[in-house]
Amino acid sequence: MNLIKLLDSICPDTNTAEEKDRFYSRRDAFRQFGDFSKKVALGAVPLSILTALPNVAKADTATLIGVLNYALTLEHLEYRYYQLGLDSGVIQASERPIFQKIRDHELAHVKFLTEVIANVLKGTPVAEPKFDFTVGGAFAPFSDYPTFLALAQAFEDTGVRAYKGQAANVMESDVVLTAALSIHSVEARHASMVRRLRTKKGLDTQKGWITNASIGSLPAATQAIYAGEENVSHAGVNVVSLTGIDAGAVSEAWDEPLSMNQVLDIAGLFLGTN
Amino acid sequence: MKNELFKPEGLKTENPRRQFLKMSGLTVAGAGLLLMGCNDEDRMPNMGGKVSLGSGDTGILNYAYALEQLEAAFYAQVMMGSFFANASAEEKIIFGDLEKHERAHREFFKVALGANAIGDLEVDFSSIDFSNRNSVLAAAKTFEDLGVAAYNGAGQFLESADLLLIAGKIVSVEARHAAAIRDLINPNSVDFAGDDLIDANGLERTLNFQQVLTAASAFVKTEIDFSQLPR
Repeated sequence: MNLIKLLDSICPDTNTAEEKDRFYSRRDAFRQFGDFSKKVALGAVPLSILTALPNVAKADTATLIGVLNYALTLEHLEYRYYQLGLDSGVIQASERPIFQKIRDHELAHVKFLTEVIANVLKGTPVAEPKFDFTVGGAFAPFSDYPTFLALAQAFEDTGVRAYKGQAANVMESDVVLTAALSIHSVEARHASMVRRLRTKKGLDTQKGWITNASIGSLPAATQAIYAGEENVSHAGVNVVSLTGIDAGAVSEAWDEPLSMNQVLDIAGLFLGTN
Repeated sequence: MKNELFKPEGLKTENPRRQFLKMSGLTVAGAGLLLMGCNDEDRMPNMGGKVSLGSGDTGILNYAYALEQLEAAFYAQVMMGSFFANASAEEKIIFGDLEKHERAHREFFKVALGANAIGDLEVDFSSIDFSNRNSVLAAAKTFEDLGVAAYNGAGQFLESADLLLIAGKIVSVEARHAAAIRDLINPNSVDFAGDDLIDANGLERTLNFQQVLTAASAFVKTEIDFSQLPR
């Protein structure tokens, strides 16, 4: 989508040159804000500079808040899952540092997204939902380590696809897009590590990257998480035909997005009933 | 071939020397800079070649194409070296996959860019010992981490949502690679997503065009003009 067209569609009344300037410069304004925030955002979210946020049309802000609350919901899920896992003692001692690190990142994401929604976008961050990671008793992730690892992989691979699916919806804000991309790659690092850890432990034969739409030895219920990952065509180019590289390897080389509804269906399995 | 993702922006006909002078403070490879004293009629010398990435989304795709060229060339050379010949089964699978993935990325960008694609970069891997595991893994870590930071930093400048999605599909695979390489270097540690890359907000570092191309220039002879990329 062309940015100018997008802005035109949001702001149909921008007829005068002055109005156009004001709206069309929004992306630049965000960019300046972004540069500034990068300089000071070393530890906490820089609340002191938030007054520098340029004017944003209400429709844009509502979209951004919606997408970030969706991301926050997933981060709540991941954080709570790892925290409960660490609390339960299910994790093998030598591997606890790996999951402490992942837990730390998910908690940081929860805090970061909460701050951006509340203090940058002036919205209301979603509260943490009640989760049921046993899915009504079907799974025992906090007493069975292989199950804990399997669901961890499922959540990380879902997270990667979820962020990817929202990139276009936040692209008019450079700050939010860059933050989302910077979370997205962290989730991908987690996914690679957990996938390979499972294979190193003899629990699966999966690699750090997703081959076709394979779920490996994950429960059948996870198939929706990998649906579509077998794609080998991008922008109308079939990369298998183009390169002669096998379809499995080509599918590995591009991760695919999931829509918000697809992700919420998956995450919905883990929402508690009361 | 009708695979171009966007319309060509029209050939820029600016005097190449004037353009070069205008952006020389930002050029990456140093080779050309030494020759700026040549007389005015000279076109830029072709020492090691020179490419211009172009502007707008084309420029950013060429930027990605340049990085993918570098990565693909690196892994192709890894597979011809004695480290790979003697590597563990797991390492052979990983490096074999990475070679295919990066080659697929490179070929995709080349055809997607069509007539706007930059030429082949001349690489220089003389600082890498392809018989030495540590040397190969360290270089792979550099390339993969750099690729992630480059895509993360460039995303905000793309105007096309379709191209942004394609970049997103690739960057997470580069991050998967980076984590795996880091785990080969320091197994079962927290380095796969280390504090050297990820800040207190849980955000991975981003690098801008100049930072990335400066880092890449240690491995590229071809001068890369990125002066028309968005800022």
